Order: sequence, then C-alpha cells, then structure tokens
Amino acid sequence: MKLLYFASLRQKIGLPEEDVTPPDSVRDVADLIDWLMTRGPEYAAAFENKITIRAAIDQEHAKLDAPLGHPREVAFFPPVTGG
Amino acid sequence: MNRVQTEDFDISTEIAALTKGRSDIGAVVTFSGLVRDVTLTLEHYAGMTERELTKIEAEANTRWKLQAVTIIHRIGTLNPGDNIVLVITASTHRKDAFEAAEFLMDYLKTRAPFWKREGDTWVEAKASDDDAAERWK
Repeated sequence: MKLLYFASLRQKIGLPEEDVTPPDSVRDVADLIDWLMTRGPEYAAAFENKITIRAAIDQEHAKLDAPLGHPREVAFFPPVTGG
Repeated sequence: MNRVQTEDFDISTEIAALTKGRSDIGAVVTFSGLVRDVTLTLEHYAGMTERELTKIEAEANTRWKLQAVTIIHRIGTLNPGDNIVLVITASTHRKDAFEAAEFLMDYLKTRAPFWKREGDTWVEAKASDDDAAERWK
C-alpha cells in the first residue's frame, strides 16, 4: 500500500510517500503505526506521541482502531491547521 | 463549489458569480480569513482536501436551507494581510446563511487537511477550534 506523510510527520520521517507491504498481522491503523515504528528511529520519533497522529484511509478520516482493509493509500498527519 | 488555489480571490467577484441570474437569494454571508502577524506557508493533502470540503458543504446543506455555497482556500506562502480563506453562503433568509457560514468554518478548521508553517515551525492545532466544531454535533 502507498503511505503518505504530511507536515511535521513528513519532516520527521524524511519522505513524502512510500510503498510498503506490512505483514498480515497489521489489521488496523494502530497496528500499522506500531509496525512503522519498528522501521527506524525516524519513524519511532515521528509516531512517538500516537494520540496526536491523525490518519486517513483512501482520503477519508480514520480513527486508530479503523480496520485497514485493502486501501490504495493511507496518510498520516498532525491535527489540521487550515482556515 | 470549492476551490484550492495559490492565487488571491476577489470577494465581490465571487459573490457576483454566486448570485448571477438568480432571484431566489435573499441573504449572502461572507467570511474571509486573513493572515495575521507573520508569513505563513500552507500545504494540503491534494485530493482529500477537495473531498472533505465537498463533504462539509454537503453536511451544511442537510442542516440549513442554502441556495449556494462557495469555499475557497489558498495554499503556498502568504503574508500578513493576505486573504487565506473565503466562505460564502447564500440563502432565502439570513439565519441559514449566518449559521451555515460559521459551521462551515468550524468544520473546515478541524477536518480539511491543511497545515500552516511559520518559518521552520509547524503551527499547532488549537483546542478551541475542536471545541468550536464540537458544539455542532
């Protein structure tokens, strides 16, 4: 699946997007974050404060316990600050 | 109608576009947000932003009787005094237009995927914005 990172998360991870193949045990958004955090110190730092992470599955807001299914893209970002 | 753009917008032009040729609109409310104090850079999640704005607009249409809605949000680098966001609501009577405009801004600020950066520092989300959106639940 394609992952996208925005704002401070993109800066911490150092990538705007990437393609990943998580293991089958990754079922929801929280699992995906936990798995990403094992991929390196930059991921661990970016996702450190899980409660402040917002996610979207196929461009729809998704909670941490939202099942992933088979998405085209999953995005991670901090709380939005437009307007 | 919603648009995300780098260029400025003109409020009179946008109102005219909304009301042109119509005799069913009795009230037009506009909200425009301007950049304060410091230069900001705005980025967004292209694709999701447009979807969210369309959803927010649809939600407003289920709650109030609106004849038309315009939402324009700018991205890129903006200086103090620059326009950043425009919401226009049109209805038969003023109450719907007033309330819907406030609702649209509250929802936009908490749901539309835009992020502001001031120099190298990302602007933090405000709890007061969450509270403002919460009261429409």
